[in-house]
Amino acid sequence: MSKRIEVNDLDVYYGKFKAVEGVTLSIEPRSVTAFIGPSGCGKSTFIRTLNRMHEVIPGAHVDGEVLIDGDNLYAPGVDPVLVRRQIGMVFQRPNPFPTMSIRENVLAGVKLNNRRISRSDADDLVEGSLKGANLWNEVRDRLDRPGSGLSGGQQQRLCIARAIAVQPDIILMDEPCSALDPISTLAIEDLIEEMKKDYTIVIVTHNMQQASRVSDRTAFFNIAGTGKPGKLIEYDDTTTMFSNPSVQATEDYVSGRFG
Amino acid sequence: MTPSTASSVREPRVKAKQRPGDRIFAGSTLTAGTLILAMLAAVAAFLVIQSIPAVTTDPGEIPILAGETFWSYVAPLVFGTLWSAALALLMAIPVSIGIALFISHYAPRRLAQGLGYVIDLLAAVPSVVFGLWGANVLAPAVQPFYSWLTETMGWFPLFAPPASGTGRTILTASIVLAVMVLPIITALSREVFLQTPVLHEEAALALGATKWEMIRTAVLPFGRPGIVSASMLGLGRALGETMAVAMVLSASGGINFALLTSSNPGTIAANIALSFPEAFGTNVNVLIATGLLLFAITLVVNSIARWIIARRKEFSGAN
Ligand SMILES: Nc1ncnc2c1ncn2[C@@H]1O[C@H](COP(=O)(O)OP(=O)(O)OP(=O)(O)O)[C@@H](O)[C@H]1O
Ligand SMILES: [Mg+2]
Repeated sequence: MSKRIEVNDLDVYYGKFKAVEGVTLSIEPRSVTAFIGPSGCGKSTFIRTLNRMHEVIPGAHVDGEVLIDGDNLYAPGVDPVLVRRQIGMVFQRPNPFPTMSIRENVLAGVKLNNRRISRSDADDLVEGSLKGANLWNEVRDRLDRPGSGLSGGQQQRLCIARAIAVQPDIILMDEPCSALDPISTLAIEDLIEEMKKDYTIVIVTHNMQQASRVSDRTAFFNIAGTGKPGKLIEYDDTTTMFSNPSVQATEDYVSGRFG
Repeated sequence: MTPSTASSVREPRVKAKQRPGDRIFAGSTLTAGTLILAMLAAVAAFLVIQSIPAVTTDPGEIPILAGETFWSYVAPLVFGTLWSAALALLMAIPVSIGIALFISHYAPRRLAQGLGYVIDLLAAVPSVVFGLWGANVLAPAVQPFYSWLTETMGWFPLFAPPASGTGRTILTASIVLAVMVLPIITALSREVFLQTPVLHEEAALALGATKWEMIRTAVLPFGRPGIVSASMLGLGRALGETMAVAMVLSASGGINFALLTSSNPGTIAANIALSFPEAFGTNVNVLIATGLLLFAITLVVNSIARWIIARRKEFSGAN
């Protein structure tokens, strides 16, 4: 559980278009790392390379290395399916499976991984995961209701429960709170704080306060202009990034003086 | 329907302004909706009125019944209709879903497009062509296989001997029907599969689903109501198909589950077409009554399908 991520000189492409260029960074286990930067700079693109979701898009590919505890995700012979089982992902828009109940949603990943699981183990796992996602008390008496009947914030926590039910090493979150109200956002931020004990967490956010509240380290991405690739500009401790960044562009961005 | 200005003065509630475009559109949809209901009612009334003599007249006076009652005349036809349509769907649905999934999720774009066109073209082939193909090409081709099946697997009730010498059995007719309904089911399923939200497909993939597992968790459940509707349309066509069955199936009457013998039940629609030379006097009423029964069967089958879809409405993802 909880692993180190190291990225070496990673270029990310959509077909011929280079969306992200030359990213090198390393992320410690049991920490929260925030990716910030203007729209279109490639944060989503980059975070999706960390669990090989990027290549799901036709024509998309990468060049470079991503090491998880020293093992290159992009080495020949690595099965992306196995990679994704160890690295969970939460998306910008809550996406519980609409045809499944709350309980089935939580168990979806476990069922996929072809593990036969006894009824009582499944019950425990559902309870544990929903508690882990701070959702248990709200849904305990309606586990067999459709997951799409929950509020947006609850749905997002259901998605987090679904991600942690398969006990991944790393959890990637792409703007998990951008569709949520402030209360739900706080609930998820608290949750991230707690989950840090067990997982390596990477979160993309447009919300500066959120980045400074939840993350230990912050990476700032930027683009020189449309059609140019996004680049990692600065990567440092969050407190440093927000109080005393070493690059002017970072300071402009975090202080809101950006274009 | 037309609100008077006087009533809007008395009513304190603010009414939305009625725009002429909206009113014309609402009026025309209402007309269209009423028209289809009226037509359906007219067809039903015609069938019912014309059918009554078939049941009330003494069977001895209706030549086509040959002394039987109406019900014993129609029973094998109902059975044949349902049995051949069921067999056809049994063959067509899995193949259609397979082709639709291949087109929507596996084939490269260019190939998928080409394949889509071919399938759509297949839907436009007249049923007489399918009938000719079934009777002159398919039946002789499968006959040796039928003989072989009855010899080696004859103990299995469906394959009971003796094999038909012409190959024009209910199974052959069902295969032809399956080929005919395949394009409908495929085309509709493909459309629903293509509409699976990327969001859900990615949710499955991010959990570590293989492509097939992704299809099973995201695409198929999402497309289920669509598959049911598509199958029902296909079933409607299979139940009502006239020419192809009339040309392929050599019907001898009788209720019989065996697939490969020469004693096959006919189907309602094909029987009406084949009995055309005898369509005079009370015979017509009998044939119309069988038609009414087909109408009723289709209605029941469709209601069952709707019920299946409605049962899991909450889980459809439409909310
Ligand atoms: N599926 C795709 N195909 C081609 N290009 C894409 C695709 N998705 C994103 N891009 C391009 O890649 C670049 C980076 O996009 P990305 O979505 O990663 O930005 P982002 O930093 O996440 O932006 P936002 O903050 O708005 O979410 C953009 O120029 C975008 O147009
Ligand atoms: Mg993004």
